[in-house]
Amino acid sequence: MQYFRPTTLEDAVAHLRAHGPGVTILAGGTDLVVQIRAGLRAPEAVMDIKRIAPLSEITRTEEGGWRIGAAVSGAEISAHAGLCADWPGLVEGVGLIGSMQVQSRATPVGNLCNASPAADSVPAMIAAGATVYVLGPNGMRKIPVEEVAQGPGKTSLRAGELVTSVTLPRRAARSADAYLRFTPRAEMDIAVAGAAVNLTLDDSGRCTFARVALGAVAPKALLVPEAGAALVGTMLESDALRRMAAAVTAACAPIDDKRGTATYRTAIAPVLARRAVALAQTRAAA
Amino acid sequence: MPKIHVTTTVNGGETEFLCEAHHTLLSVLRDTLGLTGTKEGCGSGDCGACSVNMNGRVVCACLVLAPEAEGATIETVEGLAGEAGMHPVQRAFIETAALQCGFCTPGFMVAAKDLLARNPDPSETEIRYWLAGNLCRCTGYDKIVRAVQKAAREPGRHART
Ligand code: FES
Ligand code: FES
Repeated sequence: MQYFRPTTLEDAVAHLRAHGPGVTILAGGTDLVVQIRAGLRAPEAVMDIKRIAPLSEITRTEEGGWRIGAAVSGAEISAHAGLCADWPGLVEGVGLIGSMQVQSRATPVGNLCNASPAADSVPAMIAAGATVYVLGPNGMRKIPVEEVAQGPGKTSLRAGELVTSVTLPRRAARSADAYLRFTPRAEMDIAVAGAAVNLTLDDSGRCTFARVALGAVAPKALLVPEAGAALVGTMLESDALRRMAAAVTAACAPIDDKRGTATYRTAIAPVLARRAVALAQTRAAA
Repeated sequence: MPKIHVTTTVNGGETEFLCEAHHTLLSVLRDTLGLTGTKEGCGSGDCGACSVNMNGRVVCACLVLAPEAEGATIETVEGLAGEAGMHPVQRAFIETAALQCGFCTPGFMVAAKDLLARNPDPSETEIRYWLAGNLCRCTGYDKIVRAVQKAAREPGRHART
């Protein structure tokens, strides 16, 4: 195995071009190093992107949203006042990935590209309407975050491509998000199911915008447009929540595994979604 | 394949080593540099026995590739004690008998030192969450939490943070 440590995006693209699919990108390494050591992956080369300055930054976008570089760690996100104020649910999801030690290194972009169905930061990024910036041999392309993961360990990224950042849209007034998951152990565990909600209220408390996303109940994290639509135009009263929950249940297509049965996952996903709506509503109204 | 030459700072001293790309920082610390205080429990980021401070944050050395250490500042358990003697966290672990076999102890102390540097007066809940990535098969954790609380009360704890 070779190790590359480019300091510019141009060098990174050149390495990708020269080595093709044999080069694997290393950011926090908390999944990749485990997979290499377990023999699950044997890359010819790893390319460490942590010394490429723009990939290590959290900056404002021109539209007034946020851009999170692909090498930004969970610990850096949790310490960022602007992200905590605008996207508390996303910060929650990121902060649930692994231990404090893992937070020091793990990145939400890595969480996304590892494509685990239970990735904690992904439902919140989907609910947020995040956009992923992908640099490849033909330049930069943008894709909605929900189009990256295709199934366990599989993404739509092509050989020679590098995710450089994820952007979050500008925040409207009275907007907030929330992410809740169920795990047997509060910390250091993997979601049995997870739900993220992102919503906007008007002056009267009526919901004018909502996105609902689920984790660990399908081969990949899911956007559930029907669940969000059930909330828009309502005061988030019990009827609306019931319709939202029914849409969540209908979207669940989980598996049985050691963490939980399909039946159990399908039963708790709408409960988590209801609680996430309530939390986001409280935050948005505050 | 030619070896990779890495220059790094370990426990305050400039250190050089040769490694291969797939080597971990943990294996270099233990096998190349002889710093065997850092332990390997799981090798997969689950137990925290390999905790070291790298560039101001606690990481699992088993999840860091050795070449990533180029230019980094690393502190291991061997760097906790200073000229003035043991770090307050180390003293507190001894005084509260917060260890049995001791295998997990270096990782807990490296993590606890960083917690107290960031938050000099953590609640029990904060301590338990911060240390959730450090596993101990012997003590039942209670004495470890008491040790961190005791170290937090010690006036000298800021001496080497
Ligand atoms: S040996 Fe590194 S976390 Fe267990
Ligand atoms: S004292 Fe034995 S593992 Fe903690």
